Amino acid sequence: MTELTETRVLLEFPVEGGNFPAAGEAASKVKKTLQKLGIDSNLTRRVSIATYEAEMNIVIHADYGKITLQVDPDGIWIRAEDRGKGIPDISQAMIEGFSTAPERVREMGFGAGMGLPNIKKCADLLEISSKLNIGTTVAMGFYYPTAKRESGQSKPN
Amino acid sequence: MEPRAHSVVMDEEKCKGCTNCIKRCPTEAIRVRGGKAFILTERCIDCGECIRTCENHAKKAVADSLDALQQYQYRVALPAPSLYAQFKSEKPEKIIAALYQLGFDEVYEVAYAAELTTCAIQQYIRDYQKTDRTEVYPLISSSCPVVTRLIQIRFPSLLPNLIPVDPPYITAAKCFLQHRLPVLSLSREKVGVFFITPCPAKITDLNVYGKHLVDGAIPISLIFGKLNQILYQKKLSPSSPQSSGVGMGWARAGGENFAVKFENTMAVDGIQNIVALLEEIEMGKLHDIEFIEAMACPQGCVGGALTIENPFVARVMIRKLAEHYGDKALPTKVEAMYKELTQKDSRFFIHDQVIPAKPILKLDGDLTKAIKKLNQLEEIVAKLPGIDCGACGSPTCRSLAEDIVQNKAQLTDCIIILREQLEELAQRLLVLAQIRPPAMGWETGRKGEKNDSEGTSSID
Repeated sequence: MTELTETRVLLEFPVEGGNFPAAGEAASKVKKTLQKLGIDSNLTRRVSIATYEAEMNIVIHADYGKITLQVDPDGIWIRAEDRGKGIPDISQAMIEGFSTAPERVREMGFGAGMGLPNIKKCADLLEISSKLNIGTTVAMGFYYPTAKRESGQSKPN
Repeated sequence: MEPRAHSVVMDEEKCKGCTNCIKRCPTEAIRVRGGKAFILTERCIDCGECIRTCENHAKKAVADSLDALQQYQYRVALPAPSLYAQFKSEKPEKIIAALYQLGFDEVYEVAYAAELTTCAIQQYIRDYQKTDRTEVYPLISSSCPVVTRLIQIRFPSLLPNLIPVDPPYITAAKCFLQHRLPVLSLSREKVGVFFITPCPAKITDLNVYGKHLVDGAIPISLIFGKLNQILYQKKLSPSSPQSSGVGMGWARAGGENFAVKFENTMAVDGIQNIVALLEEIEMGKLHDIEFIEAMACPQGCVGGALTIENPFVARVMIRKLAEHYGDKALPTKVEAMYKELTQKDSRFFIHDQVIPAKPILKLDGDLTKAIKKLNQLEEIVAKLPGIDCGACGSPTCRSLAEDIVQNKAQLTDCIIILREQLEELAQRLLVLAQIRPPAMGWETGRKGEKNDSEGTSSID
């Protein structure tokens, strides 16, 4: 395990529910980190978009949460965890246009029901788990362009 | 001759080593070391923000002077439309006439080329709408070279969004060489083509991509005084402009958009505003916008770092001029010219070269090494005070941390950390100073210490 910690980046970014002015900051920091690491720009964009959508979900629906970024030689792993009301039906939430966002949020131009479908489009791996009135965890994995497929059976954390 | 990579340079004598410029640079390309600012050339996008910021005028643009005209038999001026906004009481007719008076044999307006560029952009968007590659929206104009460079460095994933149509100053030179030069029956080297520029970025762009097209670039700020003199002293017979208000309007923010006329467009000016907008686009927003005009200078090209008139005043001037010369629709002769040029060469308006990504922000080319450096960087960031004072010569605490990781700076460059270490040292000195050697102990005459030294001596 010590080897692993030496060759990985692990960063955590807190996200506050309902704080729209600060929404997107975690995704922006994730993006800057990936740029510093010299990650391919298209992959960086995919990770940024998926992270942004996950962050927005926390801002819109949850009380608070955090986004964890892990980068290691196998790939990029994003984990968005929150404390909140949870998702009653995940398969329904995956449908484009399905949204439970309140009217006031939609008026701001958010909550169009594209968040999770967008994440699915961007990520190579996606795992969503949710408990009602406790919270949701969205875990995403991204492989490097050349190493896609080969290294893809298991993921850390 | 090696093409100059940058036109923004330092005047070391004038630099006082203040940190105003490093804080304003959108790509964190300036550091202060040894009491003088210096520019990290690979990061500089020639936006001119530092020229605007520096109170000591220690940043300047390398450009050509009017003496360069002497080398040529036939001298051509390509005036940027922003030139027309520099003279409050003069119309383009007189300004063009003054350029002739100054020694130019021909004036080929960049405003006119902007109208042709308008056609080319419209065509590109229409063609793009026919494809199903909608994931790339919004398309972004590459008319401002600063924006193109900014995207290369900070937003490389948006390179496919850039419309590969040449900016008007390049097109103006191309058009002149294609259309006018053959008529002149002069060899190319006898003809001097000079762009009259509102900003340093266009000089750099021409140095890098347009050396064969343009023989020199003269800042508006340099030519202004001479033109003003001519306009003031001489009675000039007016020379009517080639362009309509559509092309002139390009000099102000929103003018390009107004010319291109699509349903879902957006105009943004000011480099920091552009950075914020590109961040949003990279997050997958603004998909419903077809076209974005982005001008790095406030108020558009009229706000260029090499202009004279206040950008707000100049913007109003341009709007009035555009209305006066007609800006509702492109003149039919422009559309005819566009067809003629593209029929001969369908890629006439398209960039000659692919614009590459310049990912200079990465810490290391090797991922494992980059990861190691990033972890070191985060550790250093945690130690730094986070007040971004700039006294270390790097723009932010984070950038100092990066400089340290890259062996370009050290932790004690931070004055807060240096003071902390000094304080520790001073306290240690104080402690050391209070310890008396046995031989001195009784000489001080102070009871406690005497006892102490007696105590230690008793060990002997």
